[in-house]
Amino acid sequence: MSIPEHLLLDRVGSVLDVMDVDVILSGRAVLRDVSFQIHPGEFTGLIGSNGAGKTTILRVILGLQATSSGRVLVAGGRRSRRNPLVGYVPQKVLFDPDLPLRARDVVALGLDGHRLGAPLISSRSKGALVEEMLEAVDAMRFANRRVGSLSGGEQQRVLIAHALVSRPKLLLLDEPLANLDIKSEQEVVELLSRIAAEHGIAVLLSAHDMNPLLSAMDRIVYIAGGRVASGTTAEVVRPEVLSGLYGHHVDVIHIHDRIVVVAGANAGPEVPTLLHGEFPPLMPSAPSLP
Amino acid sequence: MSGPLSWLVEPGFFSTSTVQSALLVGGVVSFTSGVVGLFTVVRRQSFAGEALGDVGATGGSGAFLISVNPLWGFVGAALLAAGVIEGIGTRRAQSRDLATGIVLGAALGIAALFLYFDTTHSSTTGASISVLFGSLFVIDTSSIPVIVGLSAAVLVVVLLLYRPLLLSTLSPDLAQARGVRVRLVGAGYLVAMAVAVSLAALTIGAVLSTALLIGPPATALRLAKRPGFAALAGGAIGVAATWLGILLAYDSFYWPPVQHGWPVSFLIVAVVFTFYLLASALTVGRRRKAMAHHEAPVLWVAGE
Repeated sequence: MSIPEHLLLDRVGSVLDVMDVDVILSGRAVLRDVSFQIHPGEFTGLIGSNGAGKTTILRVILGLQATSSGRVLVAGGRRSRRNPLVGYVPQKVLFDPDLPLRARDVVALGLDGHRLGAPLISSRSKGALVEEMLEAVDAMRFANRRVGSLSGGEQQRVLIAHALVSRPKLLLLDEPLANLDIKSEQEVVELLSRIAAEHGIAVLLSAHDMNPLLSAMDRIVYIAGGRVASGTTAEVVRPEVLSGLYGHHVDVIHIHDRIVVVAGANAGPEVPTLLHGEFPPLMPSAPSLP
Repeated sequence: MSGPLSWLVEPGFFSTSTVQSALLVGGVVSFTSGVVGLFTVVRRQSFAGEALGDVGATGGSGAFLISVNPLWGFVGAALLAAGVIEGIGTRRAQSRDLATGIVLGAALGIAALFLYFDTTHSSTTGASISVLFGSLFVIDTSSIPVIVGLSAAVLVVVLLLYRPLLLSTLSPDLAQARGVRVRLVGAGYLVAMAVAVSLAALTIGAVLSTALLIGPPATALRLAKRPGFAALAGGAIGVAATWLGILLAYDSFYWPPVQHGWPVSFLIVAVVFTFYLLASALTVGRRRKAMAHHEAPVLWVAGE
């Protein structure tokens, strides 16, 4: 099933333009015909279950993963490694408590970490930039502490400042909410949403659960089976659209301000019932299907 | 020498040429090991560091056998081993460890053979002790310029790789996304480490070289929270331990039980270890507080 016409946005002014990208890894199509755009100042969620291809999409945008076909434009130019226009926060970074790095040292490495040589004299303008970023992510109060001694949420802020200090137009985050408690989760989402709006930076954040992002997301890129649908949440998270992605009928259930996606009865025995999200604690399991 | 320190500094200490060589070589080598070792510790490559020193012993014992300056045996074997480890290993930590273990096992087997020949078939019966446990007091003075030059080269490499190495240590993914060639930087560092370790193995012995590579930086890490400061502190602590060890070895000539001096390598390692224990005792409280932040991570299982 093709993506409905009205979900296609114009390409003018996009900071990221992914066009018809296919990625085939050892004979398996990991991404199929993936297309979407992202515009400045937008907060976009890249949503899909583990193994759906979220990290592969991010690696394609970063220029770390070759595509089998298709094109990717970042701010109108060809993607490349070490594109200063792209900031990146990788998944599952948890700093070692022994690392002799303060939070501000990690942020400074975002400016010049790829350069050879040691900064024997610290420049004032660099220090000011680092300071500014630490303030922007509200990390000043732990700026001088060892980064490994910080909580998961604090480390995530430091990583975001590290990614932003080189002034990118596009910020990619791979599962930044994993390993965070609900409070830090909400704080990080609010921070990113504010950064996108205030600095006009396009934020693309991958997550296996869209629910913590529902209030913040301007747009969603939903990925399943290596294919994506993009648009506003209301446009994409509908049975008609998602059934097309999954290749079988699915239901979208709204409960207690949450969204849960379950497989339809005709999906076949190999398809798990719960495709996305979790039921609220009062409903520990999915309703049984006929 | 007379004066307030005469109880510690025996007469003639600074005017003896053997002591002067030992102070110079020991200082240069331990500073290099201390700086290089900081990255060994934070990159969790202690096992590779130990292995490179032991493989150096294979080269050293081989060099004795064919009457070549053991310096070249140590450095050559360690570099070769670094190349093989890098060649076999991938980015995965487990396969790196496996590659290191295989190289180490093979090299130690050959070392056993060489040392056997050294002690039985030629006039180099002292080779075993010298290769395995070293002594700063028997340094060949003609090697000194080479040792100093190689140490300087190692420090230049580490200084050049400093920022990309820090970034790759922090997170290989992050470094890669910034355009750092993580594998190349890692290989460059391994070569620098191989040379630093083989020089330490030459001077205080293959078995004890790890103490100089790991001990001073581990001590520095307890005290410093900035990378540049930690590296310099690692070097400085290494130099302090080595010089104190040399001083004690000189004094130990009159110590019981044999009144023939204690081995300088032992004394250096003893000082390194004492420094580490002192630093640990100083920072136990701080560490407990820091660890409290690291609760078990919540593992997410996505609805698949």
